[in-house]
Amino acid sequence: MSVLVYTENWDGKFKKLSFELISYANEMAKQLGTEVIALSIGNVEDVELKSLGAYGAAKVVSVNDDKLASLENQPYAGVIAEVAAKEAAKVVLLANNNAGKAIAPRLSVKMKAGVIAGATEVPSSYDPFTVKKKVFTGKALANVVVKSDVKIVTLAQNSFGLVEDAKDAAVEAFDASVEDVKTAVKETNKVTGKVLLNDAEVVIAGGRGLKGPENFGPVEELAELLGGATACSRPVSDEDWRPHSEHVGQTGKIIAPNLYFAFGISGAIQHLGGVSSSKVIVAVNTDKDAPIFEAADYGIIGDAQKILPELIDAIKAAKAE
Amino acid sequence: MKILICLSNVPDTTTKIKLAGDNSAVEKAGVQWIINPWDELALTRALELKEASGGAITSVTVVTVGGADVEPTMRKGLAIGADDAIRIDAEPKDAYYVAAQIAEVAKDFDIVMTGIESSDYNSSAVGGMLSEFLNVPSVSSVSKMEIEGGDINVTREIDGGSEIVNVATPFVAIVQKGITKEPRIPAMRGIMMARKKPLNVVAAAEVEALTEFVSYELPAAKAACKMVDAENVSELVSLLKNEAKVL
Repeated sequence: MSVLVYTENWDGKFKKLSFELISYANEMAKQLGTEVIALSIGNVEDVELKSLGAYGAAKVVSVNDDKLASLENQPYAGVIAEVAAKEAAKVVLLANNNAGKAIAPRLSVKMKAGVIAGATEVPSSYDPFTVKKKVFTGKALANVVVKSDVKIVTLAQNSFGLVEDAKDAAVEAFDASVEDVKTAVKETNKVTGKVLLNDAEVVIAGGRGLKGPENFGPVEELAELLGGATACSRPVSDEDWRPHSEHVGQTGKIIAPNLYFAFGISGAIQHLGGVSSSKVIVAVNTDKDAPIFEAADYGIIGDAQKILPELIDAIKAAKAE
Repeated sequence: MKILICLSNVPDTTTKIKLAGDNSAVEKAGVQWIINPWDELALTRALELKEASGGAITSVTVVTVGGADVEPTMRKGLAIGADDAIRIDAEPKDAYYVAAQIAEVAKDFDIVMTGIESSDYNSSAVGGMLSEFLNVPSVSSVSKMEIEGGDINVTREIDGGSEIVNVATPFVAIVQKGITKEPRIPAMRGIMMARKKPLNVVAAAEVEALTEFVSYELPAAKAACKMVDAENVSELVSLLKNEAKVL
């Protein structure tokens, strides 16, 4: 028996998300009286693979094959299913990100294993296997029971945190049988050197209250100052003031940073659905009745354009202390 | 070439969720039902592609798993421009159950499109499951789809960027924001025509769900927002630093 975790890598490196998944798996494995086995697919160096041991992985299975160079859900699901069977996995864990969303459903059908997508806690019970997840984009929570023998869970990002539990993880190279890839990647476009919205601990978002695309300079400046990422509300991306990839909200990205700033965003229910998992929300809006203040922890009634530069100065001053 | 769009019938995104039956269900009464926003974008893009295909795409069909109560939402799909509709007559139990049902009818189509998630259960699962049932490739997080001649290129979002993927039919496209600018709104003519378009009801297959939603809770109420005076921005910084400890 084991808890198997698929740990995605980004150009051969793991990130906080990977360690959070292992931490979550480790807590589950302790409660089940078993151990965590991580599965890495692609070209990752042993020293990086072993780093998963810091959060409780007892073993890391590494599968590397030229056919797996691009993250295609069909062959990846095949590899994960094969390793899950080999390791007698009781639970298979993935992240609830682009990759996890693409792979977990395929894996579910392949293994005839029920999947809970976007779990926010460890199971409240193991028999029946019951996990809590958000539904209706955070407007409610559901307790979901998985009835199949093997259970698949994807973890909502930033919902568990990091818990160290140092183990000397054994690395095992495994030769999986890999299906042929039926799709061909023609072009990859990646932004490098920028904090990704989904990974950011601090997110600075601007809305229509900023009046125009030319006024987002201070949003970017504040993001840079705090090592965070920039974001926007739906109207802002619809009007092409900012790229669609920055839209946070029900139909855009769902984020859960430690600190979220909403400048000139009224906080329509669809917007709140995308940001309500943030640990601390700060809102600046001219309208004292804006719904964003119901979701916020700290608020200022005022013009975002005026407050932003003052806030930047105040943070600089605080940092200089 | 035939395209199938999976439409999910979901509460309007502004719905305030209430619980019913000792928290074992979500209250359906008084809820306004709509086409799941991402599915609506998929349908819109499919119609755009059909119109630009010079006859190569012969039809766009919508499919929904549900009782007769989902038909108004399906008629809206027809009013937007789908050619016909298939309702699989069953109450959806979970994503696996729904995908297995749709797989039965999806075999006859070249491209199947689903939204990346439904705004009710947020599981992002039906499209991927469907592709595995059909044993065809799927491309997830699709934000663009172009068909030129027989050449199909889709753009998928990856962490920090995007990839253009060339794919042959049959396949499943799991689409998100960006796939089209705005969802189409049915015109009066479309609404009139939708009444005459075929909406075929087919019986459900014997499938066992793998998960069960046993109970619901509403999120805990949030503490009141602490207001800071607009003339005293440094006070906010001090609160974030010393009280919330996030700076």
